[in-house]
Amino acid sequence: MNKQRLLIIAAGGVLGLLAVILVKMGNPANMGYCIACFLRDTTGGLGLHRAAPVQYIRPEIIGLVLGAFIASQATREFRAVGGSSSFTRFTLGFFAMMGMLVFLGCPVRAVLRLAGGDLNAGVGLAGLVAGVAVGVWFLKSGFTLGRAVPQPKSNGYLFSAFMAVLFILLLAKPAFLFFSEQGPGSMHAPVWIALVAGLAVGALAQRSRLCMVGGIRDFIILRDGHLLYGFITIFVVALAGNLAVGAFNIGFTGQPVAHTDGLWNFLGMALAGWAAVLLGGCPLRQLVAAAEGNTDCAVTIIGLMAGAAVSHNFGLAASPDGVPLAGQIAVILGLLVVFAIGMVNRPAVVTGGVSFGKGS
Amino acid sequence: MLALEREVDARGLLCPEPVLLTKRVLDNMNTGTVRVLVSNAAARENVSRLAENKGWRVDVSNQGDDILLTLTK
Repeated sequence: MNKQRLLIIAAGGVLGLLAVILVKMGNPANMGYCIACFLRDTTGGLGLHRAAPVQYIRPEIIGLVLGAFIASQATREFRAVGGSSSFTRFTLGFFAMMGMLVFLGCPVRAVLRLAGGDLNAGVGLAGLVAGVAVGVWFLKSGFTLGRAVPQPKSNGYLFSAFMAVLFILLLAKPAFLFFSEQGPGSMHAPVWIALVAGLAVGALAQRSRLCMVGGIRDFIILRDGHLLYGFITIFVVALAGNLAVGAFNIGFTGQPVAHTDGLWNFLGMALAGWAAVLLGGCPLRQLVAAAEGNTDCAVTIIGLMAGAAVSHNFGLAASPDGVPLAGQIAVILGLLVVFAIGMVNRPAVVTGGVSFGKGS
Repeated sequence: MLALEREVDARGLLCPEPVLLTKRVLDNMNTGTVRVLVSNAAARENVSRLAENKGWRVDVSNQGDDILLTLTK
């Protein structure tokens, strides 16, 4: 087995194992590691949304970014780049988060939910695959957000510095931050354990290029299953871990931090998968790339956080009770926006004699 | 016999665009040389894996901050 294959399996295995351990140490069930949920909690912790049950600055995210940053420095792979359709990336991130908060999780959590026996996650994963497949059609027809160009190194450092500041704020707990007293935000592993878990996953994800959406995408385009090894290893290890600790409960109903509305689980993740393919990777991969100095990916993360803020401030996000009508409308709107972005960023799209897009 | 040579400039493009650009070229060539310029290690690994899976030899060299992949078959 080659080194790349070993790395991707190691990254998936460590993530799957840590996800089970983090739940045992206090994280919400089936939420040992969820990029969307943890960005949402962090957004709430900063007071950018006021949903009291989901406010906490998650050290897993901070650790993941800093772990990837350190790994990229050690391997000299850090490159400060940017300028590739930044606001379009923000917009795609914004709507991807809305989709994920209707499903109640990112692609990583979808796998972890399935490994915990939550069959609703299977419906969500089917939606993810469908969204990725549609995104692949756009890629094959020439979709591009253009080239990133080199930038001063200081630009690339800012995102990781932002995460370091978040960690200081988490330790200092100033009065202007918000910390949930009940609900998922109040449930968390000890800070230092969560940070170390994040550092480990971040470093391994940087070295292995672990990407949930990329695995499905590459298999569809190239029949290349390399990244899928990570995806599958997360599932297998988390499943074994959940069985070992008695946290496996198969079924659709009564699943932790989940709802049973199949249509919106499917469409929410389809929106997330489609947007993520156009962005070049899943939210985890965006965090890693931002840590490596890609400022466009940093803007994408801010887009994800803005999506979380709007979802919770305007009542769009789902809850275990289901998906509100406003959230359903947001997903449809998101699908239309992603479709429009996909269409106008293909080369030389011609409509009625008028050429628009980036040209060929 | 004419030896085909092609160049692909995939610098600054995010995953999977470097791979897709290279694939379009390789799909239209049976033999020859393809030079692919990329700007990050992920693109280097992905393009290398694609080429090797298609039976092309891959040589890697640094070009300043960029990476040149020379694919031959």
